[in-house]
Amino acid sequence: MARITLDALAHSYMPDPKGPEDYALKELNHVWSDGEAYALLGPSGCGKSTLLNIISGLLEPSEGRILFDDGDVTHMTTAERNIAQVFQFPVVYDTMTVRDNLAFPLRNRGHSADVVAERVARIAKMIGMEAELGRKARGLTADAKQKISLGRGMVREDVNALLFDEPLTVIDPHMKWELRTQLKSLHHEFGHTMIYVTHDQTEALTFADHVVVMTEGQVVQIGTPQELFERPAHTFVGFFIGSPGMNVIPAEVRGDRGVVGGQDLPLGRAYGPLSGKVEIGVRPEFVRLTAEEGLPVTIRRVEDVGRHKIVRAELSGKDINIVVAEETPITADMTRVVFDPEGVNVYADDWRVEPLSTNVGEAA
Amino acid sequence: MSLTLEGVSKVVGGYTHIHPMDLTLSKGTMNVLLGPTLSGKTSLMRLMAGLDKPATGRIVWNGEDVTGVRVQDRGVAMVYQQFINYPTMSVYDNIASPMRLLGKSKTEIDRGVREAADLMKLTPMLERKPLELSGGQQQRCALARALVKDAGLVLLDEPLANLDYKLREELRVEIPRIFEASGAIFVYATTEPEEALLLGGNTAALWEGRVTQFGPTADVYRQPVDATTARVFSDPPMNFLKITKSGNRLVFGDNQSAEAKGTLAGLADGRYTAGFRPNHVEIEPHAAEAMEFHTSLSVFEITGSETFVHLDHHGDRWVGLVHGVRDLRIGAAVTVFLDPAHVYVFGEDGALIAPASYALAA
Repeated sequence: MARITLDALAHSYMPDPKGPEDYALKELNHVWSDGEAYALLGPSGCGKSTLLNIISGLLEPSEGRILFDDGDVTHMTTAERNIAQVFQFPVVYDTMTVRDNLAFPLRNRGHSADVVAERVARIAKMIGMEAELGRKARGLTADAKQKISLGRGMVREDVNALLFDEPLTVIDPHMKWELRTQLKSLHHEFGHTMIYVTHDQTEALTFADHVVVMTEGQVVQIGTPQELFERPAHTFVGFFIGSPGMNVIPAEVRGDRGVVGGQDLPLGRAYGPLSGKVEIGVRPEFVRLTAEEGLPVTIRRVEDVGRHKIVRAELSGKDINIVVAEETPITADMTRVVFDPEGVNVYADDWRVEPLSTNVGEAA
Repeated sequence: MSLTLEGVSKVVGGYTHIHPMDLTLSKGTMNVLLGPTLSGKTSLMRLMAGLDKPATGRIVWNGEDVTGVRVQDRGVAMVYQQFINYPTMSVYDNIASPMRLLGKSKTEIDRGVREAADLMKLTPMLERKPLELSGGQQQRCALARALVKDAGLVLLDEPLANLDYKLREELRVEIPRIFEASGAIFVYATTEPEEALLLGGNTAALWEGRVTQFGPTADVYRQPVDATTARVFSDPPMNFLKITKSGNRLVFGDNQSAEAKGTLAGLADGRYTAGFRPNHVEIEPHAAEAMEFHTSLSVFEITGSETFVHLDHHGDRWVGLVHGVRDLRIGAAVTVFLDPAHVYVFGEDGALIAPASYALAA
């Protein structure tokens, strides 16, 4: 397993890029730790696949270097990088048995029959296909074939990194839970460096130690799921993570008070003078619907989504979403909202502003 | 306006895709077909559309038998998972094409295109070709074409499956609103319980070619008639536990037992399967009557605001979704609690014996 360093890495598909808009991937400087699981998350066209292809060696970056531990691999082929990859669609040999499919990467590297048998048995148990080891892959369902692909990706212990490109897209919701859990326990057991590309926030957040959020060729935040939830560094992160995403509300900010639609609200922390477009961000989970206090809202609709309700409302002319627990009743007199100061962040020109001090909040 | 299936079935090469079923859909409703891959969603839609003939039964449209009527003559619009547009035509002409086929006047067509484009937020893209649009815009273009057809029956077969997560979220909110006004009957196929809940309306739970339950979406979710429906309509999956009620005890596993509380106390002695959803598994009990279970932690996943705990309960795999970010250790013993009000009781044949009492209040 290896530490991965992205050193002034950037990529443009154009021969002579003029400005930032010509880059599919804008300059990156990051060190990704050995043995950790990273997810690259963003909408289509955000550059996550470009970055994965650079790491796997399918694409040579137009600028910068990529290092595995201390070795520069920028110009190495995929084979020379010694990595394992799992793709969106299953890649299995139909005429081979499940056992031979799983053993293939090991035999290719000349491992002894004992090692092959031991590893294959272990992986087969992990993916729950021990009973099918002797049968040919042909005729198996897409789910089963993708499980073989995942198993083959993880069968070798001596790879530098394991790369996954949307590996659960073709899988039914129930099976996704099972496979993701298996991936997670494999990571716990073997400590591979893993990189997982997805546009699905649940997959990214539940799989990774660190989530790399990308938009328009740029990394806007690398953080733990908790950091992305509680302290989104950019309004895009607030929007993209969470369902529904963070409410972003134009506001004036004066010290530890905010003003929204002429109404005063406590921010929990104090901020210095701000310039540019100033907004506050508060996730629907941190907004509480009340009858007595807070800012007035007009409720448009209540959606019952099972384990909670989503209230779609309007706050001084802007849409606002509120999450209410399944068994909490919503009554007609609940026409105000209160923000939990812990869940309030302040943004200037879309980037989060650090508060001056974290312990002024009690003034609220 | 209504669509009625009477004893409709479909058999292909001796293999039954759809078992004889009765179903009535009424005017201006959103009807979700919810089920895993191969449960019969697409087969059912093809029968409704008239693309396939049923092996048995009748399809009745507004009181008239249309079983043998071709799809072209039925006033049906369909949108598929793959975005289907004419690549060489502009977005304008794509949206206009169904109306041209219906022989509408130029003025009518222009008005129709502009209204649909406005609803679908495609007005600035009318002169572009579909392939110059993003996936979400391409699918909106396909939806606009379904909309202008002014069809009485609109069939949407996993229309958002190929789109990014956030676009799906946006269109899921838009689709019911956009089509609400048209008064047509909508049928929407999906594999995802969350999507069904967001769309609202009615849901038909499908399993192996049978509709196991049909009714208002929230009712099917909270009051499933059997374990199969509960399983189909639960993501993450519902947890199950085989229990034997004996006196005031529930016995399970290797002679483990818990006191039968709440509604469970009223069960007759016998064998049952208890079902409960992951979000009702608690680490800190909130109800005085909570039952206690000893499990070990296989894996945990943090979503940012919540934690999924994957638990091993005497060989049964359970999933719990608990509030907050938890610092846990794999392999550790975890005691979880369950409010009896959140437990569904199914018979050995899977039929519902006692609903979760909270659901009756909700």
